[in-house]
Amino acid sequence: MSETALSIKNLKKTYKGKVEALKGIDLEVKKGDFFALLGPNGAGKTTAINIIISLTNKTSGQVKVFNYDIDKELGKAKTCIGVVPQEFNFNIFEKVFDIVVHQAGYYGIGKKTASKRAEKYLKQLDLWEKRNATAQALSGGLKRRLMIVRALIHEPELLILDEPTAGVDIEIRRSMWKFISDLNTKGRTIILTTHYLEEAENLCRNIAIIDKGKIIENTSMKNLLSRMDKDTFIFDITTPIKKVPQLKDHKINILDPTTIEIEILKKQNLNRLFEHFKKNNIEILNMRRKTARLEELFMGLVNKK
Amino acid sequence: MKAKEQYCAFRTIVDKEVIRILRIWMQTLLPSAITMTLYFLIFGKFIGSQVRDINGFSYMEFIVPGIIMLSVITNSFMNVVSSFFSTKFMRSVEEILVSPTPNWIILIGYAAGGIFRGLLVGLIVLLVSLFFTHINIYNFGIIIIFILLTSIVFSLGGLLNAIFAKRFDDISIIPTFVLMPLTYLGGVFYSISVLPAFWQGISLLNPILYMVNGFRYGFLGISDINIWIGFGMLVIFAAILFYINLHLMKKGTGLKT
Repeated sequence: MSETALSIKNLKKTYKGKVEALKGIDLEVKKGDFFALLGPNGAGKTTAINIIISLTNKTSGQVKVFNYDIDKELGKAKTCIGVVPQEFNFNIFEKVFDIVVHQAGYYGIGKKTASKRAEKYLKQLDLWEKRNATAQALSGGLKRRLMIVRALIHEPELLILDEPTAGVDIEIRRSMWKFISDLNTKGRTIILTTHYLEEAENLCRNIAIIDKGKIIENTSMKNLLSRMDKDTFIFDITTPIKKVPQLKDHKINILDPTTIEIEILKKQNLNRLFEHFKKNNIEILNMRRKTARLEELFMGLVNKK
Repeated sequence: MKAKEQYCAFRTIVDKEVIRILRIWMQTLLPSAITMTLYFLIFGKFIGSQVRDINGFSYMEFIVPGIIMLSVITNSFMNVVSSFFSTKFMRSVEEILVSPTPNWIILIGYAAGGIFRGLLVGLIVLLVSLFFTHINIYNFGIIIIFILLTSIVFSLGGLLNAIFAKRFDDISIIPTFVLMPLTYLGGVFYSISVLPAFWQGISLLNPILYMVNGFRYGFLGISDINIWIGFGMLVIFAAILFYINLHLMKKGTGLKT
């Protein structure tokens, strides 16, 4: 199998009414990668995904999935892809188990194999108890998990997740992150779009940012994050304070009487800061990095363009 | 997809449709049985008893094939148009569209669902008619050919309607304003020989007249038209509708953006 999971060349899409959703994007996702495709609403992410899974006709350009050109070998390309769409798209009157087994049928997988796989994945995503419930009876989080099971039933090499954790509570979101990470560890290529940038920062190795139909950044997550010239840290302190003495070259904010936030440039050393605290009798209990680094970079990139 | 996998995909679509039809039998099977019973009772029994024989057959015997055909046409069409449009409306059609199932399998899968419902309702109406009259069988082969081809044509017609439909209103326009008038004026309740020459000529432009008469010929051995013209029309309609549907699905009309 090809080492490139997804190759997109000069992909363009113009909708009726001359709306240019994609203005010629190029993208390459390696096999085994965990790839983030980010962008503001209406940037073209879902259009790109829908073209890959053939729910939208492209205007021009080339898309290959594991070297299968969607113009020439669409069936083979589709077999390699599993997709979790942004919106719920199952028959709400169907039972959970039936939705999954029927999906397998569309891929030519017989009922016996499909039932075994359905049991495996429904159990892994804590849906087995709900197998006889109709989809409409599931909560939002369970519906999202059902779509993941459905996408995996034909065991695709490439899994595309279009905002899979939207509207999901933090507990389910974390369990979904772990499940998806494990899939990637076992070799499955994953493309993720999300508005939770913390999610992309924690999970993905490579990233592309799309805005107004163009790729404005395409690099590794490490490389992108290294471009940050400053970090924001949160300090928990033992004794409540009302005012904190400022220190030159640092921006210090009090979030609440026992929590302060400090911006630190990468070139600055922390000793001076700790000495400043000591001198002012401020005792540090705990210190952590504010986890919104990607968000800041993202906003910077999108606003700059 | 290999042939075995294609068959599996086809079976999945058909099984889903058959289960749906049987699960909601009060919506899919019962209404036709009740409506047609009323037709037999009112037109066949009460009014029909006042009508003289047509070509040696009682009025009830005459209308039975037409009423069966009326239910086959309506149910084949309505099954596919409502089922396929619902999948579009709920977006569950995307489940099939992202899969490697070829368009022609999707097409024949949904058509098979329509054919199943059409024939099942036809059989129910036939059984109901046995309470009112005895059934003549003139040529069983012709009965099967006409009922099968008619259900194929109207299932494919239902799919075409569903592909273009954007709202629920759109799936009732064709049945209400096209199918129903054409069927009622297609010789279900009368022989066109009783019409003035001008209206006979107009009636000959109605394709449903050929279907009803071909089917009636299989039961009674009488027809207002040459049944082979009816047979030819059905085959041509089926081929044209199959091609148009396949072309639209390939293009993504009503399904893709």
